[in-house]
Amino acid sequence: MRRLALLLSFLVTVACQASATDRFIVVQSTTSTQNSGLYGYLLPKFRAKTGIEVRVVAVGTGQAIRNARNGDGDVLLVHAKAAEEEFVADGYGVMRFDLMYNDFVIVGPANDLAGVKGLKDVTKALAAIASKEAPFASRGDDSGTHKKERALWKLTGIDPTKGSGAWYRELGSGMGATLNTGIGMGAYILSDRASWISFGNRRGHRVLVEGDTRLFNQYGVILVNRERHPRVKAALGQLFIDWLLSKEGQAAIAGFKVGGRKLFFPNAK
Amino acid sequence: MSDQLTPIRLHELVYSVDGRRLIDGLSFEMRAGSRTVIMGPNGAGKSLTLRLLQGLMEPDSGSITWGEPPKHTVGRQSVSLVFQRPVLLRRTVAANLRHAVAVCGMRGPARSERVEELLAMGGLEALRRTPARVLSAGEQQRLSLVRALAGRPRVLLLDEPTANLDPASTLAIERLVNGAHEGGAKIVFVTHDRDQAARLADDVVFMQDGRAVETGAADRFFSAPSSEEARAYLDGRLFVGGDG
Amino acid sequence: MDDIASAFSQAVSLVLAADPAILEIVGLSFRVTLSAVVVACLIGLPLGALLAVKAFPGRTAVIVAINALMGLPPVVVGLFVYLMLSNAGPFGVLQLLYTPTAMIVAQSILVTPIVAGLARQVIADLHAEYDEQLRSMGVTATGAIPTLLWDGRHALATVALAGFGRAVAEVGAVLIVGGNIDHVTRVMTTAIALETSKGNLSLALGLGIILLFMSVLVNGAVMGLRATSGRVAHV
Repeated sequence: MRRLALLLSFLVTVACQASATDRFIVVQSTTSTQNSGLYGYLLPKFRAKTGIEVRVVAVGTGQAIRNARNGDGDVLLVHAKAAEEEFVADGYGVMRFDLMYNDFVIVGPANDLAGVKGLKDVTKALAAIASKEAPFASRGDDSGTHKKERALWKLTGIDPTKGSGAWYRELGSGMGATLNTGIGMGAYILSDRASWISFGNRRGHRVLVEGDTRLFNQYGVILVNRERHPRVKAALGQLFIDWLLSKEGQAAIAGFKVGGRKLFFPNAK
Repeated sequence: MSDQLTPIRLHELVYSVDGRRLIDGLSFEMRAGSRTVIMGPNGAGKSLTLRLLQGLMEPDSGSITWGEPPKHTVGRQSVSLVFQRPVLLRRTVAANLRHAVAVCGMRGPARSERVEELLAMGGLEALRRTPARVLSAGEQQRLSLVRALAGRPRVLLLDEPTANLDPASTLAIERLVNGAHEGGAKIVFVTHDRDQAARLADDVVFMQDGRAVETGAADRFFSAPSSEEARAYLDGRLFVGGDG
Repeated sequence: MDDIASAFSQAVSLVLAADPAILEIVGLSFRVTLSAVVVACLIGLPLGALLAVKAFPGRTAVIVAINALMGLPPVVVGLFVYLMLSNAGPFGVLQLLYTPTAMIVAQSILVTPIVAGLARQVIADLHAEYDEQLRSMGVTATGAIPTLLWDGRHALATVALAGFGRAVAEVGAVLIVGGNIDHVTRVMTTAIALETSKGNLSLALGLGIILLFMSVLVNGAVMGLRATSGRVAHV
């Protein structure tokens, strides 16, 4: 009986530790941003300055936006401009700000069947991959990266879904899983540079196509609208956004390097 | 007295399973203070009768009354049943008795006192911390019997308790039964062992085919049985009745 | 094969270094899962015992439902709990989302049917054995439940361990309701998923080895308890 009482009090203590600190916000963001290591670098600086803990929930873009619509985050930070603008237009976000950009790259196997290495025109690269029917691993999950990929195919004038299941593989997965699986298949993959640089399982894959301005990847930050969800921590969230957009925050973003290389380029106005 | 449970009267009890009457108009009476032995060949319905007496089963028709004025219901702790094969809890000997004593509603120091008494009664003090299930068959049945006495029952029913035991254990059980009888309990003992019946019985109820064929004082029954069936049984012959 | 060999060495060095990040993650994994198992047992053991001893209209339907729920996909449970605890949902006011408590809730839902379903079988077998004797002592069906639960404690410990195994290994539920937030809701399985998604396969595998090792410790501890209190006769 005593043991039972001990267990019950243990449970109650656990339950009460739901939020040990009161000054924290929840940011809904994407796995690619998280996996790049940016938050690990940035957030301690913000906390040191303001004492506010930032808790990042890193999921797929679609899920992050959905969560923010439900009011389960105070700030939304993703890279899917059209969806972000819709989020604000629908009244779930207060206002959207450009925050930073990075770029996408096409990575592929050493044997480069489609011969795209060094091409400066991404549409020519995609056309070559399609015509050779070389394996291409797509995220297939309606994320920012996936939307970018679809837009590029559209620019190329090719519908890759005709080869779905054959050379065009829609994995419905996050960036990391898509890289793991795509590399295992010897496929070409469109990845954001940050994810690629910090990826630990490259085998023989390398960056084959980069630099085209159409591979530009814009990040936006939005405060979740308190009028829709009264429990949103609007004041603290605004402090975070203000810091990100400030000279200090932008400099911090620019200061984040992996392997001596800058991953994100601040471009707040 | 209002809490006397004897005489026990069974009247026209019927119990059927799948249309077959296993107890077929059973009627007899058991008087106060004596040791009644129920005997008969296999399939006579002796075990069933005990279960009907304790209320583990409900008869299809007929009645059982206890005492004068007649009562139709009686508490399970006033009538205890000892089964042929003891079912003991997966605990020590003492823990089994503590459980039985608690079920009888005893609390606090009275509880531990009673457990000590029962251990002594059964000669089980040395085995108090032994898991009940590693005891020998004889020890388990002794435990089962003193457990049945936990609540000081007025009526003790025993269903062939020594059928699987060696002579030494059988003797120990019979001593305990006699001890309980001397303590004031009415004994109803089912056996198919004629010698055991002769040792223990004050009264005999002889059953066959779900009926009480003959009842009466033990010495008269053993020396001069009045029914064909009883004579056959005591002689060691098989008797198959008219309605087979 | 390189990955596997390097995984073992990473696991060993992490454990030897008592890496604080790892300790934090392991500690949270156990806090969440053990709490969930306790809750599941508090609900599931009496429920399973009740289903074993008491006949009531609709009992078969309940048993079938519980047995089916044993196979609940963790990610589905996670989704359901998320929708309940979300700010847009009915229990948003509790502000439990993205906390360990939410993870405990989700894992409790996952484990309770397992405990109830398996306990029912254990108790039913015991009940069949004890029923006549207990009834003859005047014990009612429901009154017998504490006796049955205690006497069945060794088999029931195994039932609890089965529930523990299911919970400590799942990632779908805790990922959705916990959010895998660093230092707040990151547990072993979500950390493994994260490192895998970063391509750090040998680290992920190393974490998996540590998780397995901790599970072995828990199971060993329970078996040790059984050995000291029980004996062969209690089978």
